[in-house]
Amino acid sequence: MSQLEAKQAAKTMIQAKKLGKRYGQDVILERIDIDVKEGEFVTLVGASGCGKSTFLKMLLGIETATDGELLLDGKPVPNEPGSDRGIVFQQYSVFPHMTVLENVVAAKGFEKRSISGYLFGKEKALAKQEASDILQQVGLSHALNRYPHELSGGMKQRLAIAQAIICKPRILLLDEPFGALDPGIRADMHTLVLDLWQKHKLTIFMVTHDLKEGFHLGTRLWVFDKLRHDPHAPNAYGASITYDLPVGHAPAPLYEEIDQRIRPVFDPSKDTTDDTTENAL
Amino acid sequence: MKKLINYTPSRSNAILLGLLPFALLIVLYMISSDARLAINPSDKILPSFSSMGEAMYRMAFTPSRRTGDYVFWQDTLSSLMRLGSGVLIAASIGLFLGLMTGALPLLTASLSPLLTVISLVPPLALLPILFIAVGLGETSKITLIAIGITPFIARDIQRRVQEIPSEQLVKAQTLGASTSQILIRVLLPQILPKLIDAVRLSLGAGWLFLIAAEAISSTDGLGYRIFLVRRYLSMDVILPYVAWITLLAFLVDYLLGRLNRRLFPWSLEARS
Repeated sequence: MSQLEAKQAAKTMIQAKKLGKRYGQDVILERIDIDVKEGEFVTLVGASGCGKSTFLKMLLGIETATDGELLLDGKPVPNEPGSDRGIVFQQYSVFPHMTVLENVVAAKGFEKRSISGYLFGKEKALAKQEASDILQQVGLSHALNRYPHELSGGMKQRLAIAQAIICKPRILLLDEPFGALDPGIRADMHTLVLDLWQKHKLTIFMVTHDLKEGFHLGTRLWVFDKLRHDPHAPNAYGASITYDLPVGHAPAPLYEEIDQRIRPVFDPSKDTTDDTTENAL
Repeated sequence: MKKLINYTPSRSNAILLGLLPFALLIVLYMISSDARLAINPSDKILPSFSSMGEAMYRMAFTPSRRTGDYVFWQDTLSSLMRLGSGVLIAASIGLFLGLMTGALPLLTASLSPLLTVISLVPPLALLPILFIAVGLGETSKITLIAIGITPFIARDIQRRVQEIPSEQLVKAQTLGASTSQILIRVLLPQILPKLIDAVRLSLGAGWLFLIAAEAISSTDGLGYRIFLVRRYLSMDVILPYVAWITLLAFLVDYLLGRLNRRLFPWSLEARS
């Protein structure tokens, strides 16, 4: 296992030690122990309600661990969002009252320590130039003066990614970013994300519903699932990471097996019942 | 035959159908007025349109013998100044309070209960206090309007701020935004079209407080005039004044709606 040793020798960026999360009696996540190096591209898959988004929120800093710890460079992850960790949500990630260009220029303005975050004169011209460059990279240079409500779903996500990238985050978090997009557009977005990942040397965590996406994108796949299950108390045990696979080396039968394990929940009718129980609890 | 629920009027028919009730009301009034005037030519309760026209000509285009003012325009100007000042003050305070309490949970916790209680106080019941505290002049009337609608605007804005998806606030923070930057660049611009909407909704109450305050203590104003001439049963003045107040209210509302569309093309309120 020389590969594993090499991994341990390299600098660890994110580390979870016996990480767990519970709300009152309900255990969402338990006993998560992982190391992530700088530059990895991790995809998180699992049934809905299995805690993969919760894990992402803990990285983001809007949820805190109730057990164990989650470390960034050896220190606990800050308990509020910051500019070292960029995020793209499935929706509502862009500011509806700003044009495409303004959305990205605003991100530059936020970097400045001023009361209002408005840029003027030379600074503004520079920010505009930089924003146009980034928007060119994501393929939005033809829509600089449009408002988000005039954009398609794919274009909105491109804009959200451009916004996140211009702040040069070390970690990029993607919470089902392409869940609402058509398959063809999704493939374009995959190319874009892989491209930006290499160009900007990002560490990426992406939550997805789509197992295929997880198997083909990035360097590492995590499957979230419950190890123990008590039928009389469905929330007594939380999910953990049941598979931690290097992408591209996983054998086909394993894909089938994981697919079988989480497929029932992808069934739309089952999905809704799952959601209602979640809400009831 | 189509079901009734599926009959939709064309655009021009819809306009005609909309005008029909107005025409019917006017005809009904004319018939009743004629009937009364036929029995008693000096009847004042349902004056004819011509006598209303004469009365309004006197009010609007001949200077008052006592002061030399054109009473109708003077009344309109005074009333609009009071309403405008009151609403402007209410909108400013309401925007500030609503934005702050909507965005900062610490302020929500400390100010929300107070705001709720204040909004439950009937503003007209405060009028005597205002008269005692700030006198019978303009200040008391403007203050009444401001006090009357500020809680509504503040609570509406607070709710609107809280409706803005939290994803946007998280996103702004991951772009490095501070609290003040989020308030000024993310929340405030998105709240402005909703402020105009809140002002439009509160104008009805604003007119109510204006007319009540003018009726009780004033020397001019639209509300003052109609309550003054009531002593002489001057329906020929009261009815046109009421129509004029209604028209003003409609115009202000219409212009604010247009302003919203012009200033905020991206907003849902402006598009709908």
